[in-house]
Amino acid sequence: MKQKNLNHILHPHIRTVTELKAINVDLQSDAALQVDISDALSERDKVKFTVHTKSSLPNFKQNEFSVVRQHEEFIWLHDSFVENEDYAGYIIPPAPPRPDFDASREKLQKLGEGEGSMTKEEFTKMKQELEAEYLAIFKKTVAMHEVFLCRVAAHPILRKDLNFHVFLEYNQDLSVRGKNKKEKLEDFFKNMVKSADGVIVSGVKDVDDFFEHERTFLLEYHNRVKDASAKSDRMTRSHKSAADDYNRIGSSLYALGTQDSTDICKFFLKVSELFDKTRKIEARVSADEDLKLSDLLKYYLRESQAAKDLLYRRSRSLVDYENANKALDKARAKNKDVLQAETSQQLCCQKFEKISESAKQELIDFKTRRVAAFRKNLVELAELELKHAKVMS
Amino acid sequence: MAAEREPPPLGDGKPADFEEQEDGEDLFTSTVTTLESIPSSPEPISLLTEDVSTNSNGPKPAEVVLEDDTEDLFAEATEEVSLDSPEREPIISSEPSPAVTPVTPTTLIAPRIESKSMSAPVIFDRSREEIEEEANGDIFDIEIGVSDPEKVGDGMNAYMAYRVTTKTSLSMFSKNEFSVKRRFSDFLGLHSKLANKYLHVGYIVPPAPEKSIVGMTKVKVGKEDLSSTEFVEKRRAALERYLQRTVKHPTLLQDPDLRQFLESSELPRAVNTQALSGAGILRMVNKAADAVNKMTIKMNESDAWFEEKQQQFENLDQQLRKLHANVEALVCHRKELSANTAAFAKSAAMLGNSEDHTALSRALSQLAEVEEKIDQLHQEQAFADFYMFSELLSDYIRLIAAVKGVFDHRMKCWQKWEDAQITLLKKRETEAKMMVANKPDKIQQAKNEIREEIEEVGQPLYYSK
Repeated sequence: MKQKNLNHILHPHIRTVTELKAINVDLQSDAALQVDISDALSERDKVKFTVHTKSSLPNFKQNEFSVVRQHEEFIWLHDSFVENEDYAGYIIPPAPPRPDFDASREKLQKLGEGEGSMTKEEFTKMKQELEAEYLAIFKKTVAMHEVFLCRVAAHPILRKDLNFHVFLEYNQDLSVRGKNKKEKLEDFFKNMVKSADGVIVSGVKDVDDFFEHERTFLLEYHNRVKDASAKSDRMTRSHKSAADDYNRIGSSLYALGTQDSTDICKFFLKVSELFDKTRKIEARVSADEDLKLSDLLKYYLRESQAAKDLLYRRSRSLVDYENANKALDKARAKNKDVLQAETSQQLCCQKFEKISESAKQELIDFKTRRVAAFRKNLVELAELELKHAKVMS
Repeated sequence: MAAEREPPPLGDGKPADFEEQEDGEDLFTSTVTTLESIPSSPEPISLLTEDVSTNSNGPKPAEVVLEDDTEDLFAEATEEVSLDSPEREPIISSEPSPAVTPVTPTTLIAPRIESKSMSAPVIFDRSREEIEEEANGDIFDIEIGVSDPEKVGDGMNAYMAYRVTTKTSLSMFSKNEFSVKRRFSDFLGLHSKLANKYLHVGYIVPPAPEKSIVGMTKVKVGKEDLSSTEFVEKRRAALERYLQRTVKHPTLLQDPDLRQFLESSELPRAVNTQALSGAGILRMVNKAADAVNKMTIKMNESDAWFEEKQQQFENLDQQLRKLHANVEALVCHRKELSANTAAFAKSAAMLGNSEDHTALSRALSQLAEVEEKIDQLHQEQAFADFYMFSELLSDYIRLIAAVKGVFDHRMKCWQKWEDAQITLLKKRETEAKMMVANKPDKIQQAKNEIREEIEEVGQPLYYSK
């Protein structure tokens, strides 16, 4: 698999998107279809992404064009893939997570309330911090959406999807609304049914060794990735709060230091500076950890879930196939509706085989992608940590 | 016995120490001064307990060692730069400027103002022998260590016994090296004795570590978990610092109670320090009464120096508290971080196990190992932060509280003085009336009362400065 890093001409404030995007390394870009998010605007509740496409495919009217899309439209696209029976045999790239600025909005509010109780320097420092945090979250969400699009564009089958083309090209609002309560409830029930079904289906032993092995592997892997991702999240969070504490200590020391201009006070000021520096580095370290490790794990959590879904669909179709077989036998025995049973059996058989074939390929791809992504990110993490260590010492 | 005691040698060591500021030594010189009583009238000194040194005669000005004005009075040493724990110079009480007669307040103030510099440890006249002692160079050569916490006894009557080891070459101790076993209530008893003797004379007695019922109960019950060992360690370190501070105080060092504490192998059990005893409850009531009084007394601060100092202490106190809170938060977060890192390490190891690509699996297990090491480091750092930084800060916060206590005491004395003056006035009026009415015995009685009042007026005067 070729791994090319996309070099786009991005706006400077989203330059780091290329870094973040490289979580998923396998972005086979050829001139046929290149998709990226060239701009993003954050309004009060929503984020508007500018999706920019460069393509030489005939089905597009122009060679290069841009549209503005919102998060819900991405979700719509993803769901349309999931619901499409034809794509049952492929790993559907996981949907990007909702842009979540709640946490930092809360903090901003708290900061605003506590403004009276802090000194001016502290306040400006914390405000800067918060703004940086906000920016980081923003960049991340842009990157996630972009990764999704690039995965779709890189997939040989999915990129030909009509909905995808509409998504890329249609200039006006797709008038996709987020799911209202009723639909969400429906979704919830569907999920429940699906998981119950999944349990039943997973009891069936698979004929094919490859798939059997994959299944056990994926199950275990998924659970462990979930665990690791949660723990790494917690770790980065507490790292960040420790770094924040440095900030406060630094400013208290500074306040102590400015009391008098005696020797010990100069000492205080120096130590306060030291704390400031340390804090910056610690914050960087924790941000890097967050980026390389936590994000990686989170992404693969979602991917492995998608892979599991694929396997589920396959098992489902296998079960259907077997049921159809049984029905056929019964029908033959009773000698009625044989034709119907036959056709349904044929269908199931076809479906099953199609899925199996593509699933095999997909799973192998998944593994390669995963290994490459882990390798890249872990290497980068190590390099960054080394760099910071040098700065510290 | 009291009147003959010589003032403690303030040591030539002291001024030299002040120059070592750059090393980050902390210097916490108190500037509360005490007034000595005139040796010629020992009776009013009945308030003074035996151990307060009294000395210099009349108006002989004592030496004033003027400090560099650039020195900070309330300096802290912070630990982040280097991991050496700094020497902590404890509070040095500065002896007052020349003793004065108790006649008018103004003469009291004048000499004080003369001494000008803020932290002016005054070196007294000393007796011959003590000068010789100092010449021999064994000033403050006393090291105290608190170690070996051992659990003695069982159940609810159990307690931790600490070994107090003293190494000294001071001649007032009988041996050069000795150690005794003490328990926490002994320390508290020592502190309360010292406080009773010295507090109202204006010395700042270093505060003892606080009682913690929860912690001790855990230890008594025998729970061998991490928090109880931490608690014991915390307490041991705090006791050691407390003793070191107390010993560095020149006056307190001379105290026989302190000596007995350090030397004698058996100490009478200090029952008054028990939390739920009668004495404890009495203490609580007293504290409440004091708090109320503080709010009602509005002292007319006649000495600008004191006012400034008080203000500075208030500021310092606030800032220290804030800093302390922040450091505690840091310690807490770091501990959390270390726990989370450990959890992550395990999880990464498991992930590595389940990964079938061998190279990746190896890489993940190595990541897990590294994270474990990181976790250890974080833990160590958290401990270091805690013991060196945070505890130090809380010590200083308590010290400042003690300083405030002395300030408050001064206010109380001033109040008493005011009251005594008013009564004196009244008595004088009665006497005048009696004289007019020509009732000889009543006159005599009035005269007696007046004399008593004068004495009473005199005493608080000493302490209010």
